Amino acid sequence: MSTVAIELTGVKKSYGDKIVVDGLSFTVAPGECFGLLGPNGAGKSTIARMVLGMISPDAGKITVLGEPVPSRARLARMRVGVVPQFDNLDLEFTARENLLVFGRYFGMSARELEAVIPSLLEFARLESKADARVAELSGGMKRRLTLARALINDPQLLVMDEPTTGLDPHARHLIWERLRFLLARGKTIILTTHFMEEAERLCDRLCVLEHGRNIAEGSPHALIEEHIGCHVIEIFGGNPHELSSLIRPYVQHIEVSGETLFCYAPDPEQVHVQLRERAGLRLLQRPPNLEDVFLRLTGREIER
Amino acid sequence: MGEGFAAALPANAWNWVAVWRRNYLAWKKVALASILGNLADPMIYFFGLGTGLGIMVGRVEGTSYIAFLAAGMVAASAMTASTFETIYAAFARMRDHRTWEAILYTQLTLGDIVLGELAWAASRAFLAGTAITIVAAMLGYAAWPSVLYALPVIALTGFAFASLAMIVTALAPSYDYFIFYQTLILTPMLFLSGAVFPVTQLPGPFQQVARFLPLAHSIDLIRPAMLDRPAGGITLHIGALCMYAVLPFFLSMGLFRRRLMR
Repeated sequence: MSTVAIELTGVKKSYGDKIVVDGLSFTVAPGECFGLLGPNGAGKSTIARMVLGMISPDAGKITVLGEPVPSRARLARMRVGVVPQFDNLDLEFTARENLLVFGRYFGMSARELEAVIPSLLEFARLESKADARVAELSGGMKRRLTLARALINDPQLLVMDEPTTGLDPHARHLIWERLRFLLARGKTIILTTHFMEEAERLCDRLCVLEHGRNIAEGSPHALIEEHIGCHVIEIFGGNPHELSSLIRPYVQHIEVSGETLFCYAPDPEQVHVQLRERAGLRLLQRPPNLEDVFLRLTGREIER
Repeated sequence: MGEGFAAALPANAWNWVAVWRRNYLAWKKVALASILGNLADPMIYFFGLGTGLGIMVGRVEGTSYIAFLAAGMVAASAMTASTFETIYAAFARMRDHRTWEAILYTQLTLGDIVLGELAWAASRAFLAGTAITIVAAMLGYAAWPSVLYALPVIALTGFAFASLAMIVTALAPSYDYFIFYQTLILTPMLFLSGAVFPVTQLPGPFQQVARFLPLAHSIDLIRPAMLDRPAGGITLHIGALCMYAVLPFFLSMGLFRRRLMR
């Protein structure tokens, strides 16, 4: 058993003139949940596909579960489960048939599959939908079935590309709960997301990506502490530039994004005092989050 | 490039079976409609041309026209069944439904998938061709037991045409392009290969072209088997069909790698 689940060293990939992944390096330890966080077009999906050996890097080295990728990606994939960004279940099959057919791709026998499919349906909370055609399932159910499908070969590592994009909050929380259950059982997860809350809730460590570069790496808490470290006040409803010069002496840092002013204030009371007289302003004070880290590092909000 | 291509080759001799079984499970759900659809077209040609033209044509190469036509319709039905399975159904699985992408998450390679699809298309061709053979035999237009020799040839024909169609599937940007393959390649081939009239009726240069067409090789094997006549150049015909099955397989795999794994 190797001491790293995934290792990328100086990985580069470009399409024509467009550099998608630019000298990226990171390692994922066994049993941890590692996030690739960034806006659309930051190269997240390309990295996920490279980890699976479905795209060859132009330069650099990738190792997954001790196997060099892409040359021996097939052997790595025997111990990997994948949840893709877009569902690619077999719509004409039932939930049970989807798991059966997928298990056969791993060379599993009918007997092995018979033993494992009921527990996977139970894990995905789809026992009652076992014989329903996939076309009849809701978006959340399809995602859970995709997750169950990814577990059919009892993988050590799960690769998830935007696992909860497009789901409603309830369905999303159910997926998160299931993923925490898997982490507790010792699975390693690498996930891509542009969803800050997801990264904060699930990831032990994450890497913030912009234009295919690693611009920050660490635990969500450490990143927030390191780059923000104080309360945030969001101010909207006034002229951001005028307000910004008014309160600048009382705060550590200010970011203007659209018509919102983000103030990083060690002493929020000071800001409130300064703005007390101004009518029509709305102030929202809150603890800092990864969104602030991203804004601080890139000067822009993450695009949804 | 070389290393990547090697990694995309079939991983072993049996991985493709899982892909075949996936398609079989999907087909089972619509089997009846599918069989009727596969049979209707060649049957209409068989009886329409066979009885209608047969009256005017009289005897061809020492047999009734309808008996002559039977072998052509068997080979043509194998050609169409495996072509349509590949250009429409496999294309949908490759592009629209992302079925291939899901399979690539497992320990299967691109080569395993393409091989499974080819074997599946060949199976459908075998079913279609065999069904027409049986109808022809029941009506007395095929000789027993020599007709049994036609069966492996039908399967091989299906394999060759699936393999050729796989190149078209790998290259076509959308469904609209498949009509060119049908009208510019397959339909002329039907008339150049001796399916509906003997190749000897063609002008000299076209007879030369016919010698290279996979459908002509297929018919040259199936017709003697159905009419219980000695067949000439068996090794050549089988060799040519095998070449049409194997070479396009590797070519299409390279093309799919370029299309899907960038």
